[in-house]
Parts: sequence; C-alpha cells; structure tokens
Amino acid sequence: MDASLNRTSTAGVVARAQELFDDLSFTAAREWKAAKPGRKVVGYLPIYVPREIIHAADMLALGIVGGGDQLEVIHGDAYYQSYICRIPRSTIELGVSGRLDFVDGMLFPSICDVIRNLSGMWKMMFPGVYSRYFDVPQNYRDDVGGNYYVNELAELRHDLGELRGAPITDDELRASIALYNENRRLVRELYAFRAQKPWQAPAAEVYLVLRAGLVLPVEEHSTLLREYLAAAQAEERPMRDNCKIVLTGSFCEQPPLNLIKSLELSGCYVVDDDLLLVTRWLTADVPVEGDPLQNLASSFLHHSESTAAKYEPDEKEKGQHLVRAVNRSGAEGVIFAAPSFCDPALLDRPMLQHVLKDAGIPFIAFKYAENSGQMQPIREQAGTFADSIKLWSGA
Amino acid sequence: MSTVINTPKAAAKEVLKDASMVKQKEMMAAHYDRLTNAPKTGAKVAATFVPGNLNELLMCFDLVNNLPEVNAIQNGLRRTSGGFVLEAEKVGHSEDVCTYVKSDIGMMAKGNLAPNGEKFPNPDVLLLSYTGCFTFMKWFELLREQYKCETIMLHTPYMGDGKITPNMVEYMVKQLKEEVIPKLERVSGVKFDIDRLREYLKKSVKAEDDLVWVLQSAKNKPSPIDAYFGGIYYIGPIFGAFRGTDDAIEYYKFLREEVVERLAEGKGPVTPDGDMGKEKYRLVVEGPPNYTNFRQFWKMFYDEGAVVVASSYTKVGGTYDFGFRHNPDKPLETLAEYCLGVYTNRSLPMRIEMLSNYVKDYEADGLLINSIKSCNSFSAGQLLIMREVEKRTGRPAAFVESDLVDPRYFSAANIKNRLESYLQMIEQKRASGRAAA
Ligand code: SF4
Ligand code: SF4
Repeated sequence: MDASLNRTSTAGVVARAQELFDDLSFTAAREWKAAKPGRKVVGYLPIYVPREIIHAADMLALGIVGGGDQLEVIHGDAYYQSYICRIPRSTIELGVSGRLDFVDGMLFPSICDVIRNLSGMWKMMFPGVYSRYFDVPQNYRDDVGGNYYVNELAELRHDLGELRGAPITDDELRASIALYNENRRLVRELYAFRAQKPWQAPAAEVYLVLRAGLVLPVEEHSTLLREYLAAAQAEERPMRDNCKIVLTGSFCEQPPLNLIKSLELSGCYVVDDDLLLVTRWLTADVPVEGDPLQNLASSFLHHSESTAAKYEPDEKEKGQHLVRAVNRSGAEGVIFAAPSFCDPALLDRPMLQHVLKDAGIPFIAFKYAENSGQMQPIREQAGTFADSIKLWSGA
Repeated sequence: MSTVINTPKAAAKEVLKDASMVKQKEMMAAHYDRLTNAPKTGAKVAATFVPGNLNELLMCFDLVNNLPEVNAIQNGLRRTSGGFVLEAEKVGHSEDVCTYVKSDIGMMAKGNLAPNGEKFPNPDVLLLSYTGCFTFMKWFELLREQYKCETIMLHTPYMGDGKITPNMVEYMVKQLKEEVIPKLERVSGVKFDIDRLREYLKKSVKAEDDLVWVLQSAKNKPSPIDAYFGGIYYIGPIFGAFRGTDDAIEYYKFLREEVVERLAEGKGPVTPDGDMGKEKYRLVVEGPPNYTNFRQFWKMFYDEGAVVVASSYTKVGGTYDFGFRHNPDKPLETLAEYCLGVYTNRSLPMRIEMLSNYVKDYEADGLLINSIKSCNSFSAGQLLIMREVEKRTGRPAAFVESDLVDPRYFSAANIKNRLESYLQMIEQKRASGRAAA
C-alpha cells in the first residue's frame, strides 16, 4: 500500500511513519537534500539541541538515535568495549557504512561521557563534517548559566551560518521558533490525548509518529501529527483491561519497537514516557518577539523537561517531575527501562525510585539494548506488574 | 634523605623509606585525624572531587576537604571496596555504573569508617565540581539525598573543540562569584578573602613546579621514577587535600631531591620490592589503574623490567606539564582554567595528541591502555585512541581491561598474558628495526 495516499486513517499515518523508521539509509532526508541545490543536513544525537537554529539556516535537523534492532553492526564493535552501551557503536556503524554520507554537520549534546567522547571520535573519523559538542549550562540563573548559553547558541548560529554561506537572521530564527512551538504543541496534545485514551493511541504508534519528527522537516512533521491526531480521535478502538504506566529511563538509546509493543500486549498502557525528549524538551512556547537566542536560552533554563542529564539544584524537587507525570497522566505505576551501561539512567534510578516509594507509586525496572531480541522476560515482568497493580487497586 | 622504618607487614625486614614517603604518610594520617575529629573540633567539612578540586578555595573558608574518590581508592587498596560495592548493589545500585560511587555508598552503609578506624563526619557542604565526568553530578545528588546538606554545583564546560574560550572562563568565574563563594561563606561562616586565596595559590605553584620536574625526570634513561604506579603516590598530595599548603611544598621538595639522587646514581624507580632491576621497556599508560590488586598489577610490570614513563592518569587532578600553573594574579580565572584543563575534560583528539607526544617525548616503546569497565569518561573511545596513537607514533599499542575498585573484574592471568605478549611484540618490533637498519 502506498501509505501517503491514505493518511486519514491511523493505519495510513503509521504506515508512513513506519516506513521512515525502517529506512536505515535515511532516504527521506536524502531526497529532501537533493530536491534543491545547496541544501544541508545537520544530524544531532539525544538529548536536546535547539533545532530552531538548524532550521533557521534552511537546513534539515536530522535526529540520530542509533541503529535499532535491524542494523547489522560490523565495524562499530571494533570501536567499543563490551561494557559500553550500544548506541555509539551503531551510530559509528551508520557513519562508517556511508549511511550518513549526506550529513554536513553533527551535534553531540552534553548528555553523558559516551556521547561527549563520540563527538571527538567523529571529528577524527569524519574530518570533513562539521562536528560540535553542544554544551548546555547546569546553572539555571539567567545572569550566569543563561549568559553562557546565549553565547554558546550564538557560536552555533555563527557556525551554521558559515556552513550555509550566509548568516542566520533574527527573523529567520523567529520564524523557526514559531514552527517548532507549533510542533511541540501538537506533540503535547498527542501526549494528553493518549493519557486520556491510551487505547486510541497505542504507545508504539505514538512513538513512530514522534520518531518521524527526527527525519522530516518540522512543517511536514506537524502535518503528520495533525493527521494522526485527527484519525486517532475519529476511530473507535477497543479498550483493553490494561493498567496505565509511565515509562522512564529510555531517553537515549532506544528500546526496540517490539519492547514498546510488548508492554501494551502484556497489560500496560504507556501514558507518558521520556522517549525522544527533543520533540517536547521545551515545555512552553518560546516567545517569538524579542531576542530569539535570549528566548531560547530562557526557555531552556526555566521551561524544559527534567531528566537525568540535568542537574537538579533543589533537593526537594529531585524526581518530582516523575510524580507529576504519573499524576498528570493518571498512571498507576512506573516502568524503569534503561539501556544497559547507561550512566545517566542507571545512576539516577535509585533516587527516582526513592521518590516514588515515598509517593506510594509502584514500579519495576529492567534493562534493554536497542537490539534486544528476547521479549519474553520483559513481557512476563510487565504482565506481573500489571496484574499486581490491578489487584492492588481493587483491594 | 632516608629513614628506617619498621613496617608491620614486613616486621622481620627493615625497609628503607624515603623522606617523601614518610612525609606523605604523616600528612595523610594527620588529614584523616583532622577529618574524623571534626565533630569535636567544630571544623566544617566539604566533600569534592579530584578533577576540579578547588582545595585553595576551600581552605579560604577553613573547610576540611574530604575527597570520596580518594576514600574509594583507600578502600580498594585495603580490599574493603569489593564488599562495599556489593552492599550498594544490594540496595538497588546498578552493576553497570562507576564502582567509586558504589564503594562510597556501600562504605556509608557500613559505618563510614576512615582509614584511622574512626567515623568520617558528615559533610557540611558538597562542592559538586562537575569537571570531566558525568558521574560526578549523580554521585553528589546521591550523597545530597543522604546528607541533606548544601550542595554547590560548579559546572566546568567540556573542551569539545580543544580550546578554552573566554565564554567558558567567564561562565566559571561567574559561578564562583555568584554561587560558590557566597554559599561557602554561608556554610562556613567565614568571609572570603581573595588575598588569602592568592597566598595559597602562590604555594600551589611551588609544589606544581616540583611535581612537573619529577614527572618529567622520566625522560631520562633509565627513568628514575615510574610515572604511573609510582606516579599515583606522587600526585596524592597535590590532587588531594594539600595543594596550596606548606606540607605539599615540603613533600615535593623531598621527592625532587630523592629523584635528583636517584638520577645521579643512575637508579631506576623504587618499587614495593625495592629498587627496580634493569629498565627493559618504557611504556606510556592511559587510564586509571586497578586498586584492588594494585601491587600485583605493578609487579607484572617491574618483573619484566617495564617502567611507565608517562601516564594520563597522573593528569586527572590537573595538567601541569604543558605549562599551566595557578596564577595568584588572577585567582578566580586561574581556578577556572585549572578545572577546564584537567585530563578528562580534554577532547578525544587532545588526548590522542597528548599520548602520542608522550610516546615520542619520553622515547617510549608504545602505549598501553588499562580500560576501566565502569568508567565511561575514560573508556569510551579508548580503542580509537589506541589505534590512532599507534598510527601516529609507529609504535605498538595494547589494551588490557580491569576495574578501579571492583575486584570481580581483575583477572590477573588475562592481564599478565596480554602484557607479556605486548612486550614480545615490542621485542619483535625492535628486532625488525635492527634488521632494517
Ligand atoms: S545510552 Fe546512556 S550511556 Fe549510552 S550514550 Fe546514551 S545516555 Fe550515554
Ligand atoms: S572519572 Fe571514571 S572513575 Fe572517576 S568518577 Fe567518573 S566514572 Fe567514576
């Protein structure tokens, strides 16, 4: 079926998103680049980069989140010891195998030491590509971390302007901010809808639709989101006797799609998660008036998601974002699913679990790799968790 | 410069201890006493990290500096860390994460005893000097949860592009002025005096000069020091709670004099078994050592006549050999630049450059990497480092794996095998070099 012909149904939208997900050669991005001479593509890794600046330079912001369970890693393993997570090796594989040969720049956000060091590896291995470690402040005062961040953003703006051959103007930035505001609003709407009616918007579908936003231009992705929302609201789908959970810890290396599906099949509706956080990192609209870099910085400091890669200055606030996510989405429990060897997720986990314990929220935890094949143990664990929640809430 | 000491372990044998060793032992003992007596003396305690250790600044507030990494190392050397790591895993810490953190948390659960057998005091403040390693941030969030004390973040930006920019320095100075200093004043009740900081920084420079001289003495043949296994002792005072003190100045003065003597006598390094035999191999080592089997690990080297002439680990608490010294004229900027320059805050290309230069400048036979299972900061990317250094220097490199303080990941047979075949490889390379000449 040509999915693009039928995007009024969830199946049609999801088929398009699945097609993009399955394509390890990034054909859509390649085609976008080829459509107009001079177009450039800038890749970025988790967890957050200001895609507005890339877009304002007329470039495509391409999210790279590893190779998933379909990519055969041939070269990547020669770069990493067995005790390092999988996403850097599959990302290297994407690079070495030529799948990213159309990418003109790469941004490596400050999420952990693995991606930090990968930024240097990229410089060594792909000297023709603009590579930048993208640091963000861990101090959230406007006059301290804010000033630093504005200057970092200005540097990025300058570099991308050079890459394009013309500086990025304030108006270009404002226009991009408006487009991403809209995109984030749609993502939030989708999350709110799913929290209310998870049977109408299964987690795997929401994930695929979100994931499409990593490879499509923002305008197209917003259209896709609208189409999915309209279709999901219109279709009546059977409601299962599932419990509702928040999935956390999966903000970098991605769980296999099958894992997400398995959770729902084993009785857990995912009503919130930290997958692909870049799509909703900024939690409120970025003002379009005024200095665009100041606005992006201020949004980062005061209106952005909490996650393990960020320092929480207030001890009392530690982990509360998770409690709030549970309350907001009406979840009954939390599933910690972290990539093996993932420092941020695994070091943060005990603190989050203490907070949940204090709040009386049940949880389970397991680890995965992007290429985990065996879902049976996870299904069993999630199934037992769902049963115990039902039993508990019935008691 | 030698003192005769009866060590309890080798009661029958009289061991000659250098004055620097005696001095260091006394310094450490006094430091642990100062720490454990803090509840009695009323001294306030700050915990912080070795990379980005602002000892001079802490001293301005009369704070006693407790370094959890050093405690983990002590526990590794005393072989108590293994139990602590298990203890932490039992209460929910992942088997995948840094074992320093788990050793620290396990130690807390098991009474938090210092090497002198007394209880460590709870810290009054955690100075989260976030420099060169992601784990630090989580480590102190974990400790904050436990101690509920003031926690101060000092964020050191990473040298991703291989340079220190004015924006980075300004950001750090601003943090020092607006956050770190006011909070330290509040916790300690001591007003900040920038001239006092200057005085300490002047003292730091003296010790730094002598440390660099000692480390660079390894350029001689034979090298009078081992710049990794021995180096770990040499960096102790300056990376720990003594930078900026008279004690550190004196320690490094003794050490330098001893090395001068060894050089004059044409001696190699001192090892736990006495003077090392003939120097047969000169190596550069990247990565931290294993501490649970430290002596056994070292012995594998000196038994073969392999001496480490330069190492990256001895730069984690400050990189001084390229000229950086604390500058009393710019006290806050210099603290920023110090943090920015520590080894693990350097980009991967910088690390490659540094190690390649070490191999050349110290006329080493090659690079050996000890890759630490639970340390992503060091380990991620080391295989590329190995290949690049090999390519640039034309000298062979090798890779061994272990862990810092988790004895489960030290496989003596494996490491010994790899080391032996590496040394054979060096021999072959030499032979083929001779044949070609
Ligand atoms: S999975 Fe975790 S450890 Fe690995 S690169 Fe991502 S954040 Fe870093
Ligand atoms: S540098 Fe390595 S050993 Fe040190 S705290 Fe970080 S992860 Fe642990």
